Amino acid sequence: MKPFVHVRPDSAADAIDAVAADPDAVFLAGGTNLVDHLKLGVATPGTLVDLRGLTSTAVEDLPDGGLRIGAGVRNSDLAGDPRVRRDYPGLAMALLAGASGQLRNQATTGGNLLQRTRCAYFQDVTTPCNKRVPGQGCAARDGWTRYHAILGAAQDAAGLRHCVATHPSDMAVPMVAFDAVVQLAGPDGDRAVPLGEFHRLPGDDPSRDTVLRQGELVTAVDLPPLPVAARSTYRKVRDRASYAFALVSVAAAVAVEDGTITDARVAFGGVAHRPWRATRAEEVLRGAPATEDTYRAAADAELADATPLDTEVGGNAFKVPLLRGTLTTTLRRLAEERP
Amino acid sequence: MTTTDLVPARAMGTPRRRTEGPAKVTGTARYAAEYAVARPLHLHPILATVPRGRVTAIHTTAAEALDGVVAVLTTRDAEALADTADREFAVLQDDEIGFRGQYVAAVLADTSETARHGADLVRVTYDEDPFRARLDPDSGELYAPDSVNPAFATDSVIGDVSSALRDAPVTVDATYRTAMTHNNPMEPHASIVVWEPAGTGGRFTIFDSTQGVSATRRNVATVFGLDPGDVDVISPHVGGGFGSKGNMHANVVLACLAARRVPGRPVTYALTRQQMFSLVGYRTPTVQHVRLGASPDGRLTGLVHDVVEQTSRIKEFAEQTATYSRSVYAAPHRRTTHRLDPLDVPVPSWMRAPGECPGSFAAEVAMDELATACGLDPVELRIRNEPDADPESGKPFSSRHLVECLRRGVERFGWSRRDPTPRARLVDGWWTGTGVAAAAYPANRAPGSGATVRFHAPAAGGEEHWDVEIAAADIGTGARTVLGQIAADALDVDVDTVEVTVGDTAVPAATVAGGSSGTTNWGTAVVDAAQRFREKFGADPSDGDEADGTTPETDAAEHYAMSAFGAHFVEVAVHADTGEIRVPRMLGVFAAGRILNPTTARSQLLGGMTMGLSMALHEDSVMDPRSGHVVNHDLANYHIASCADVGEIDVEWIDEVDPHVNPMGSKGIGEIGIVGAAAAVANAAHHATGVRVRSVPITVDAFLG
Ligand SMILES: Cc1cc2nc3c(=O)[nH]c(=O)nc-3n(C[C@H](O)[C@H](O)[C@H](O)COP(=O)(O)OP(=O)(O)OC[C@H]3O[C@@H](n4cnc5c(N)ncnc54)[C@H](O)[C@@H]3O)c2cc1C
Ligand code: SF4
Repeated sequence: MKPFVHVRPDSAADAIDAVAADPDAVFLAGGTNLVDHLKLGVATPGTLVDLRGLTSTAVEDLPDGGLRIGAGVRNSDLAGDPRVRRDYPGLAMALLAGASGQLRNQATTGGNLLQRTRCAYFQDVTTPCNKRVPGQGCAARDGWTRYHAILGAAQDAAGLRHCVATHPSDMAVPMVAFDAVVQLAGPDGDRAVPLGEFHRLPGDDPSRDTVLRQGELVTAVDLPPLPVAARSTYRKVRDRASYAFALVSVAAAVAVEDGTITDARVAFGGVAHRPWRATRAEEVLRGAPATEDTYRAAADAELADATPLDTEVGGNAFKVPLLRGTLTTTLRRLAEERP
Repeated sequence: MTTTDLVPARAMGTPRRRTEGPAKVTGTARYAAEYAVARPLHLHPILATVPRGRVTAIHTTAAEALDGVVAVLTTRDAEALADTADREFAVLQDDEIGFRGQYVAAVLADTSETARHGADLVRVTYDEDPFRARLDPDSGELYAPDSVNPAFATDSVIGDVSSALRDAPVTVDATYRTAMTHNNPMEPHASIVVWEPAGTGGRFTIFDSTQGVSATRRNVATVFGLDPGDVDVISPHVGGGFGSKGNMHANVVLACLAARRVPGRPVTYALTRQQMFSLVGYRTPTVQHVRLGASPDGRLTGLVHDVVEQTSRIKEFAEQTATYSRSVYAAPHRRTTHRLDPLDVPVPSWMRAPGECPGSFAAEVAMDELATACGLDPVELRIRNEPDADPESGKPFSSRHLVECLRRGVERFGWSRRDPTPRARLVDGWWTGTGVAAAAYPANRAPGSGATVRFHAPAAGGEEHWDVEIAAADIGTGARTVLGQIAADALDVDVDTVEVTVGDTAVPAATVAGGSSGTTNWGTAVVDAAQRFREKFGADPSDGDEADGTTPETDAAEHYAMSAFGAHFVEVAVHADTGEIRVPRMLGVFAAGRILNPTTARSQLLGGMTMGLSMALHEDSVMDPRSGHVVNHDLANYHIASCADVGEIDVEWIDEVDPHVNPMGSKGIGEIGIVGAAAAVANAAHHATGVRVRSVPITVDAFLG
């Protein structure tokens, strides 16, 4: 563990300047992910710029009827917000499916989006990892891949996958299904990035999880008004009943009229380098009858390009039928519920 | 005959809370690394990153230059130890690497952060040799050990099992696998060590987290060539061990080596969770081939249990996996074998119910398969194969109430309403089913414990009280409390007047807390001391009178087969779409001699069952054969059952008083709860889904078509 300087600037602007000016500086929010990485040697920053008191801890109504979630809002507070529970129940469920009560009390919205993969090799500095040290190789792709990607980890010309990690957040999965937008403030001004474009696919540069630039601060996440989200849910499948990351998860919202699906939002967790918006599944669902066959067809459409890994240490091919089953059971339940 | 005179039970058998409970819940009970010592130094080790080979260079300059670093110990400069016959204790003695994670250096600094930073700055280079780190049942290197833990025959053959199997009308022939698992007690292995030189020698004071201070004293004395009396070990409270603190491990040797580098200064070393996956033992994975032959009415004619498991190359540990099959069911023709695959891996060791735990998984799932093959109720099948005497030795049982456990379980669980058809109950999207398994665990007894009983006359207006002293270990089990109850009855005094001191080499030496033998061994010594006290001083002793006792020799084991027994009944639900598996209900019924303290006994049995559930569904140390280490080496990735995984757990016991094991009428209860539990889960999963899972942990993948 490398010694570091801990600073508490007076304003968000000062915090941004501090990190923008120093490639060795990082933001510190709840610390539940970053502090682990400091201990493990996965992160070796010279300066921690503490965000306490500098980012909003409020969930505000937006004029268009949506919600603005401050980057400093704790996961537990967001899960308990009455508007979230009423208008975006799948988001509340996802938050409550994550980590533990103690961690949710500490973890922030911004930190949750920017938490890094739980890939066991990424977290162990004695094993090669392209995400930690670009060009080092990827220990996971032929190793323990139970928690790794089956979607979006394309091979390069030589048939190599540079990174097969997954993004571990539960919260981000319904957010991406609901077209959330990330508000950023940076040294060069503010910008807004749709959450679906915020996390990257690994490509040949897995070291970058997101499109965030050095010194850019997440200030808020906006949820648009979305009537269908009032009938949303989150289904997480994991290796124990609580306190485990997702093997796969599904966030879904559907509107059904006279047995026909009129609107659908679907995203997957635990299967890709980013929270995975299942647009192909959505296309199959919209306008189709709310039947078992439709749900399976939706799953198959999204899974058509799945590239599971088969390794000596335990591959992840089981995630394909698992995701199919999880999506099916989730949609069936949701469609059966009457508003 | 060898019938022991039993101590009349008054305090024994009554519920009593742990005497140290208030100290623990208020945080005043001290654990090993928590002692306030003056000017402590902190140790952080550097672990080998190759599984086999040798160190070629260790660069320590950068670490040594760090402000606050006091010393860097390496393989190049560590003192030569007096005795390294036990290769696990040969810490920093040479450059050879026997497993990934082996100690190659350590940094001592004035804060734990500096020590850790210093350790990051040490650079080690290696020559790497080819290695093998994953159990291979077809390995050309398999060999038969001389014996299996602790001293059982490696193989056993009775009758002509090949003919019996060939001629059997009904057979089961299947291979079962259990995962490598790590004990993972909540409190990590930790020590504070002080070395005080005197003349040509000196003495160690060691605050340690151990299941046996006397064994640690002996081991440290041997390794450093000291008189055992020059090693003090103090360990009054231990935050769990599950066997991993039973045998001393290399961490204590490293902390002692470091302490000798800085005479007079305390050295603190608490392992990180990751280090615990390399250095403090684990349960070997097993591959078990079971073959059963039976008549159509389910009576076993032949039984074979062949085990392949791993050991480390540097030190042999042979888990006694097949011994379970030697004692549970009758069959005229039988064979059990153990073969080891020597690997370049950390040293395996004891983990709760070594042998019986993994062995019962294979044996009890195989019995379920036989029940299906015979079209018999699995409870009835077990009753039909109940032996009159120990199936291998022919000795009578000191007491055996397995059938009573099964029958009581049938009643309490509502088993008779069970429809045997698999995959027939879909409830709200979940396939549900129930399963049963038996359990057995030997009632071990070993010599080597002493105890002192001392009387204190009442001060003016006060009450008399009694000191009972024995270097036993209370690893959270309630041992201290139970020993007080035993002493009270042996002395025939009020239990509240007895104060028990354990976990300190300043009091009479005792055996380790292991093999579910602690209460038997220590209680016997306490009873002996109490009886000697009464013989010496009668009913009216004077202030300060004291007597010592030991564990008298007994030949009970020559005449009797002695074991505790039990039966597990489990309900399982498996999600039809996702394969998620849940265990809403478990019942364990045990016959384990006199239950000395129902409160603490219930915790032991319930804890064992919970650990069995955890083994059934979760625990899996994933060995990456390319790097030779367990990649999921933290508690976020190595899953143990969470509260949400544990449904209703019902624990019961049969009234049983065993006259032969010890003077209390009891048997051990620390391990029997885990034995058979995982098999009952697998059997219930089969009843629920029709899918026969022959390996643990049982995860979603097993049920996804
Ligand atoms: C044992 C354990 C189990 C867990 N289980 C789950 C689970 O099941 N599901 C799940 O979703 N999560 C789980 N988590 C992860 C948890 O949700 C994250 O650790 C948490 O959300 C991170 O938030 P934080 O505020 O603590 O972030 P920090 O640790 O403070 O920061 C994380 C990263 O985000 C950056 N950052 C933080 N805020 C900002 C900002 N405003 N702008 C720009 N950058 C920022 C930091 O620089 C850092 O790189 C678990 C964590 C642990 C330790
Ligand atoms: S999957 Fe990604 S994070 Fe994991 S080892 Fe490979 S490159 Fe690193």
